[in-house]
Amino acid sequence: MDGLQSWWSYVVGHSDDVFEATLEHAQITVTVVILATVFSVALGIYVQSRPTSKAIALAISGIFLTIPALALFALFIPLVGPGNSPAMMALFLYAILPILRNTVTGLDEVSPAVVESARGMGMSPAQQLWRVRLPLAWPLIMTGVRISTLLTVGIAAIAILVGGGGLGVFIQGGLTRLGLPNSVESVWVGTVFTVVLGLALDAVLSLIQRLTSSRGLRA
Amino acid sequence: MAVEPKIRLDHVSKVYPGTDTPAVSELTLDIDPGEILVLVGPSGCGKSTTLRLINRMIEPTGGRIYLDGDDVTDVNPDQLRRRIGYVIQQIGLFPHQTIAENVATVPKMLKWEKKKISARVDELLDMVGLDPRVYGGRYPKELSGGQAQRVGVARALGADPSIMLMDEPFGAIDPITRESLQNEFLRLQDELRKTIVFVTHDIDEAIKMGDRIAILGKQSVVHQADTPERILAYPVDDFVRSFIGAGTAMKGLAFERVGDLDLAPFDGPNGNGESGAEPTGTITADATLYEALEEMLRTADGKTIVLDDSGEPAGVVELSHLSDALRTAQDEARRHYDELEAAS
Repeated sequence: MDGLQSWWSYVVGHSDDVFEATLEHAQITVTVVILATVFSVALGIYVQSRPTSKAIALAISGIFLTIPALALFALFIPLVGPGNSPAMMALFLYAILPILRNTVTGLDEVSPAVVESARGMGMSPAQQLWRVRLPLAWPLIMTGVRISTLLTVGIAAIAILVGGGGLGVFIQGGLTRLGLPNSVESVWVGTVFTVVLGLALDAVLSLIQRLTSSRGLRA
Repeated sequence: MAVEPKIRLDHVSKVYPGTDTPAVSELTLDIDPGEILVLVGPSGCGKSTTLRLINRMIEPTGGRIYLDGDDVTDVNPDQLRRRIGYVIQQIGLFPHQTIAENVATVPKMLKWEKKKISARVDELLDMVGLDPRVYGGRYPKELSGGQAQRVGVARALGADPSIMLMDEPFGAIDPITRESLQNEFLRLQDELRKTIVFVTHDIDEAIKMGDRIAILGKQSVVHQADTPERILAYPVDDFVRSFIGAGTAMKGLAFERVGDLDLAPFDGPNGNGESGAEPTGTITADATLYEALEEMLRTADGKTIVLDDSGEPAGVVELSHLSDALRTAQDEARRHYDELEAAS
């Protein structure tokens, strides 16, 4: 109980900093996820009907995920200097795979009979995409977006190591002062608020997913 | 003879890249306005391919396609398809749209006014026997197979196309529902008089639905294209004979009604009695000869009393009537084909 109390008094004592860091963390995440969504959905639409490109795109975005975060973050420093930028670039690459894969799978799963009837009624390829295929793939695409968001929130905590901000500041700050007063509290503030932010963003996306998916697609 | 065909296929071919043998080879076929032409043949004969060549879901590699005399072989296929209703076995309703939205698909693409669209949707759903107030707001997953195909038909009729292409539309539906859908569709067609090309592999469905039947062999070669009566009475070759199968002569009996026959007189319940027992079975004048035969077999009398509208005996139909009717149909068909041959 002592730990919880001192943690809480640390939060209260640094409420402005905590709020600011959470906001920055959220900004990084939301920006990255929006860009990754636009990119990955467009790429997914393009590669879905091209088996070779599809395999290559999925393989490469899979490889991105296996590159250690620290290395990938640092790789961008020579290009754009330290700060949030290299972090966001790295996070963007991480966020691609879940959205790309779910876009491709979602489009793959549209029943051929549905596409056949859309075509048979005289829908152009663009109309088939916007009116039929994308709306049908949408729930799965949104699931991918939610996974990418959780992934991004978590990994964004190490942006501090390349000179960025966000809740990682509390974690890193605590770790470098370990043993000194309030160091553990600081680590826990960074951790807990990262988790809470992740859950909050996921809840919002879940609501958006529900509101933007057709009632006819619910199980 | 002067009627311009609604659809004319003129030496239409389809050769898929990488193959030598065409899927459809030089097919020439005229489809008259307002008729149901059934394409029937064994699986793999190219009947579905042929159907899909008409709305250019598959692009022909040779020949020309005419609708109402206009060459549509090279027009924009999307524009073309909006003029042609298309119904497929797997139905393909849009699962994310309500029934009303599904039915409104083509009118919406043609940018009809909202009011006109919603009136049309209600009309169409009524037409196929679904209450628009009950079903309009539902989603496809809430429908049975039979209901879904009713919606499929309503959707294809959306912008009132004069042509409908139907690819085994009732093939995946249970036999009882299929029968009622077939009957309702024929009743609907009596009012609508669409030009319909209907694909099936089931000869009985072809006989039932078709004003004319085209029996297709490999590569969509037309072995015989004629009314069901003539095909049953006079299959032109062994392929047709084996495809229509056994008992075909008897199927032909379903096309004639007892009331059209020259019946034998009815001598009363205790007539002269010299020809043995009086018939005990009865049928009405609007029964088919097939039903008369069934009644004869059931009662083992070899003849059956025909009742008029008031339920009084109007005469007697005998086995010889049936064999005469079959012979007449065969003679008529043979004469028809002899004339065709003489003319060519």
